[in-house]
Amino acid sequence: MSEKDMNYKVSQMLKRSETNVSNAKKSFVRPEDEEREVVAPDGSIMKVNPIYDYFSGKRPEEEKPKNGIVEKFLNWARAESIWVLGFGTGCGSIEIPPLVTPRFDMFRFGVQMRPTPRQSNAFIISGYLSVKTLKRVIRTYEQMPSPKYILALGSCTINGGMYYDSYSTINRLDKYIPVDVYIAGCMPRPEALLAGFMKLKELIKAGKAEKANEYARNFDEYKANQKKIIKDWNMPDYNW
Amino acid sequence: MNEILDKIKQKYSAEDVKVQRTGLAFVTVNKDVALDAVTWLRDYEGYSHFVMMSCVDWIEDGKFQLLYLLHNPVTKTDVGVKTLINRDNPAMTSGHHLWKQVWTYQRELKEAFGIDFPGSPRVDENFVVEGWVDIPHMRRDFNTKEYSEETYFPRPGRETHDPATYMREQLYPNQPVTAKRKDNDK
Amino acid sequence: MTVYVKFGYTLLGLLIVLNWGFLMGATFRKIGARVAGRYGIPFYQPWLNLLKNISTRTTITHGVMYYIGPVFRLTGGVGLFLFMPMVFTGDPAGLWTNYSFEGDLILILYFQVFGMLGMALGAGQGGHPYSAMGIARGLAQHAAVELPLTLAFLSIAIQYDTFSVYKIVEAQQGGMMNWVLFTNPFAAVTIILAMLGAMGHSPFNLVKAPNEILIGPATEFEGTYLGFMQSAGSILHVMEAVLFMNLVFGGATSWIELIVKTFLIYFWSVFVGMVFPRFKIEQSVTWFFKVPLLLGFLAIIIYSF
Repeated sequence: MSEKDMNYKVSQMLKRSETNVSNAKKSFVRPEDEEREVVAPDGSIMKVNPIYDYFSGKRPEEEKPKNGIVEKFLNWARAESIWVLGFGTGCGSIEIPPLVTPRFDMFRFGVQMRPTPRQSNAFIISGYLSVKTLKRVIRTYEQMPSPKYILALGSCTINGGMYYDSYSTINRLDKYIPVDVYIAGCMPRPEALLAGFMKLKELIKAGKAEKANEYARNFDEYKANQKKIIKDWNMPDYNW
Repeated sequence: MNEILDKIKQKYSAEDVKVQRTGLAFVTVNKDVALDAVTWLRDYEGYSHFVMMSCVDWIEDGKFQLLYLLHNPVTKTDVGVKTLINRDNPAMTSGHHLWKQVWTYQRELKEAFGIDFPGSPRVDENFVVEGWVDIPHMRRDFNTKEYSEETYFPRPGRETHDPATYMREQLYPNQPVTAKRKDNDK
Repeated sequence: MTVYVKFGYTLLGLLIVLNWGFLMGATFRKIGARVAGRYGIPFYQPWLNLLKNISTRTTITHGVMYYIGPVFRLTGGVGLFLFMPMVFTGDPAGLWTNYSFEGDLILILYFQVFGMLGMALGAGQGGHPYSAMGIARGLAQHAAVELPLTLAFLSIAIQYDTFSVYKIVEAQQGGMMNWVLFTNPFAAVTIILAMLGAMGHSPFNLVKAPNEILIGPATEFEGTYLGFMQSAGSILHVMEAVLFMNLVFGGATSWIELIVKTFLIYFWSVFVGMVFPRFKIEQSVTWFFKVPLLLGFLAIIIYSF
């Protein structure tokens, strides 16, 4: 980088920090996302609210299961084909890679990794969850297609574990998103994770894994809890 | 090493010069000349590598202690320059022009201790914690356990046991505790 | 034979091809697992995945092209099937020759690109940056594959003086030595090499590289759309194999022969993929522009005089 480029970069950064100071300190919405009035090309003035214009602000709806034997058949297919989102949140994410190795091989049970939330239906919250990560987890969880399942790994998701008195990690995951299966331990071994998958399969086959609907039903409660700790809420209430 | 320490003493009236071990020494200088001392060490004495910058909260004295740790890659020696600043409205001259990584350390200190470095680039942006509204979380008067209990819905029923005692009570309740075991329990 | 009987047989053929594609996909995964020392997925996993994808309750939309993308891709696969003679029976209007006609080789070349373009449109509207990256890489690589492939096709067309796949198959009947593999080795080797790119397995799978750009063009697709695309992918894999079988390896006179030959052709690309790691896009494009393109030119030059 030449001296001139360097100077330019520094001046840009200084400018950016100045604007940050001059903006109201308590508003966490980025300047380009703020609700404001803009002048359209034809001269008329229109209001824009980028957060709700770019993303749908629609609430989630409960989606009723189909009747009887059809739903049972579909549940069987869902249970035998669990696609896990590749998203590690804490130290427990190191327990997931062994599952795709010859020793533990989760593909035998129809459990596969998937790189995008749009195509996955199971989410492993692996270990402690800081508030910063929780924000991303909520966004990702809401983008997953229903029916979706959450496996909470490790004691940190149950009661905070060894980080129970930390200022930045949450204590109880089920206050913020609904959890299907808890896998206790610090850390749980990969075998425990496989046992958790087996439990999840049982629940799905019994038609009891309807937590996505529960999330839609108690949406306000969950949102209130989430907003209580995520102080810089600069995204829509529901992310499709 | 000692030459350099003597020079610092003369030039910047450093107090509390302490040689920790061979090749590591700490000096405390006045807040106004701290960055001058750091610059002098960098430009004239070859301490060109900036190791880290940190802060200690001396809440009883009402002071923050800043530490600039420098390394000389030729002589393989380290010098730590300490300085004390006021705990109320803490502010320090920014050293962002000396090394680029100082930006990040100053951002961290601003977030964790609330120390302001006027003019330092991006110093007001989030560093680790997003959207923090309480008092800076690394200050000693911030009670992290209390905050956690107020904020994060603690699950009731949490209790702690000493592993050795608890296992003995659970597994061998009738076995008497021998003297040797008692020693081990300490 | 009425039109309806022919239509029924064509549908039946499509069903066979779809299921055979799923089974081949599962076997591919299974072989990958065995190479890694794992047990691998059960062989019926693709059908379960399809069922699960179809039974997804939520659907999202990004606009009209987002819906049409998977449909285009399926059209590419089914179109390839409709105009391809599957089993050689000696009768140009036979039961398993589908709707092949004089000059279908050109149409088939077109349908190979059709699915890719549809995906480009659909994934483009999805708006995910990784989709756009996948599409850009996919189209670049596809262009590089198509060039040697088309030269080899033209060489075979010049050799037999026809653009009909059926007639090319007919000309290769009567023993192994009549196959294009032996009568026109330059074109055959070109096709065998370019086929690796057309199948999209490991050295040339940067398009959907799951560890780098998520899943490439399909990043934003979910549920039923994804199910559509998986079905289309299975059909396309089988049909590519059938195309190369018809052009180079003498076609098939029965379904058993077709299944054996497509299996071997498909697994040529799978085994290469198991051995060689992934190419970067500039590496793969230059690879196709070296040996396969040169051989393609040779094949054309030899049969032009």
